[in-house]
Amino acid sequence: MATEPKPASGFEEGLTGASETVASFEQKERGLKKIQHWLHQTPSAVPMIVLIASVIVFAFLSDNFFRATTMSTILQQIAIVGIIGCAQTIVILTAGIDLSVGAIAVFSSVLMGQFTFRYGIPAPAAIALGLAAGAAMGALNGFLISRLKLPPFIVTLGTWQIFLASNFIFSQNETIRSREISEQAPALQFWGYAIQPGGVKVLYAVFLMIALVAVMSYVLRNTAWGRHVYAVGDDAEAAQLAGVQTDRILIQVYTLAGLFCAIAGWVMIGRFGSVSPTASTGQLGNIQSITAVVIGGISLFGGRGSIVGMFFGALIVGVFEMGLRLVGTDPQWTFFLIGVLIIFAVAVDQWIRKVSS
Amino acid sequence: MSEPILYARNLVKRYGKVTALDHCDFDLMPGEILAVIGDNGAGKSSLIKALSGAVQPDEGEITLEGRKVQFGSPLEARGYGIECVYQTLAMSPALSIADNMFMGRELRKPGIMGSWFRQLDRPKMEAFAREKLNELGLMTIQNINQAVETLSGGQRQGVAVARAAAFGSKVVILDEPTAALGVKESRKVLELIRDVRSRGIPIILISHNMPHVFEVADRIHIHRLGRRLAVIRPDEYSMSDAVAFMTGAKLPEGVAA
Repeated sequence: MATEPKPASGFEEGLTGASETVASFEQKERGLKKIQHWLHQTPSAVPMIVLIASVIVFAFLSDNFFRATTMSTILQQIAIVGIIGCAQTIVILTAGIDLSVGAIAVFSSVLMGQFTFRYGIPAPAAIALGLAAGAAMGALNGFLISRLKLPPFIVTLGTWQIFLASNFIFSQNETIRSREISEQAPALQFWGYAIQPGGVKVLYAVFLMIALVAVMSYVLRNTAWGRHVYAVGDDAEAAQLAGVQTDRILIQVYTLAGLFCAIAGWVMIGRFGSVSPTASTGQLGNIQSITAVVIGGISLFGGRGSIVGMFFGALIVGVFEMGLRLVGTDPQWTFFLIGVLIIFAVAVDQWIRKVSS
Repeated sequence: MSEPILYARNLVKRYGKVTALDHCDFDLMPGEILAVIGDNGAGKSSLIKALSGAVQPDEGEITLEGRKVQFGSPLEARGYGIECVYQTLAMSPALSIADNMFMGRELRKPGIMGSWFRQLDRPKMEAFAREKLNELGLMTIQNINQAVETLSGGQRQGVAVARAAAFGSKVVILDEPTAALGVKESRKVLELIRDVRSRGIPIILISHNMPHVFEVADRIHIHRLGRRLAVIRPDEYSMSDAVAFMTGAKLPEGVAA
């Protein structure tokens, strides 16, 4: 060894005359592989196909289904889940999970109501305080997760109970009735108003949900912050080394999620008319939003999927609920089929992930 | 010889009971290629991470261009012009090549779209990424927007090297840059390393590949048991000497055990 000749790269002389073509990509792909690649790049395609298919099926099964009023009712019913879904989407994109979304929404709505009626704060200021409180609750989640490095599931399982209990304690289980709100603080019910083009009622809340999805879709796709959210969910350590401030991104994501939940809380007042600390969203909001996210093709392992997919996922749930009711089946079939869809969606996600192999 | 551009004195890094860096010194001269070799567990990675800001040493100081610096994060080190290619490559598999190259330093559109709506300047980023990859000649990428996970190991490494070479202004650190590459692709990376040096940027090269080290390095830093054992010149010693030094089978002249 000691007499090894220099330069030491003698073994590479064999390269002279070697083919100069460098690695290129095989373009011929079998059909299924092609679909896999396409889905890899367009993750919201699966829920869109399922959505269109289910609309067509229900249109055949029930004459009343494919009508503007039915469609607007579906949109109205998914408005709250859709907005909470925006919060859940950005959290799940960072490979986290937020079980406290529903509790934040209900607690924020109760805070808005009680600030107005118990403390006499003008409604717009009370709403602003409620939104700030929601963001602060989200920030607490973010702080515990990014700074204390606790798992998101555990943190939000705890804060879910904490926020929900605080909500009952603070409100003393009091409901603020719809009449009082519409007489004294109509701003709280803003999102329950509607425009009626051609007799079809479309709530402001529906426009708000669509606007939020559109804005977040832009932010996630076209801004550096959005790419960082994906990078953190994809591989947090790699993102950190590549120059992403992962802790800061996590806190921002959970805070923004809290703000979205508070917005959903405001929308709840408009949708239900009253402010109720026992609204079912407190218990079910997390499961409903996670369902929309998963059916929407967003990976629970983070870094993959699009918020538009979540919107389709929420719509699919709405279409199933409405369609099966119009067809006249046992409502339990809705949950049965949604369960099947969830498993199908995760199976597709796993398959798409294998794209490189 | 002139002053070192980057040097470290008495670096100590402990992980619990393990001392990864034991009062380690380090010198990098302007415009040189310095190879760092050492056995597994000798603390090469800890040294590199301390120099690139990925870990913070418990003791000791780092000086860049005559000024004492402290890197709290890789981002800070990058702000000083130190770029690093980690062994793990530090890339987000689901994101595109262009996204990965610009991670943490994205370009925004000029005008209102950029300053108000914070829109990324995709076309510019893609053109830049494509140009850098072509310069490297490592691959013919048809789609600069394809996800990094759809690339082969060698192509991924190529993207990571291209990223560091494109942005490093003071020091480029390469941790095992040829480990996953084929013979031809390794050659391209070695050419790239020389190319970077010819632009006057010094390089720290960590490698197990002795022929590569002896071919491109100006000096070789031998790391053993958490500290610098010696710095040798590749034309004064053979590869087997270097291996003997780093495994402790022999000691270089003038070094006391």
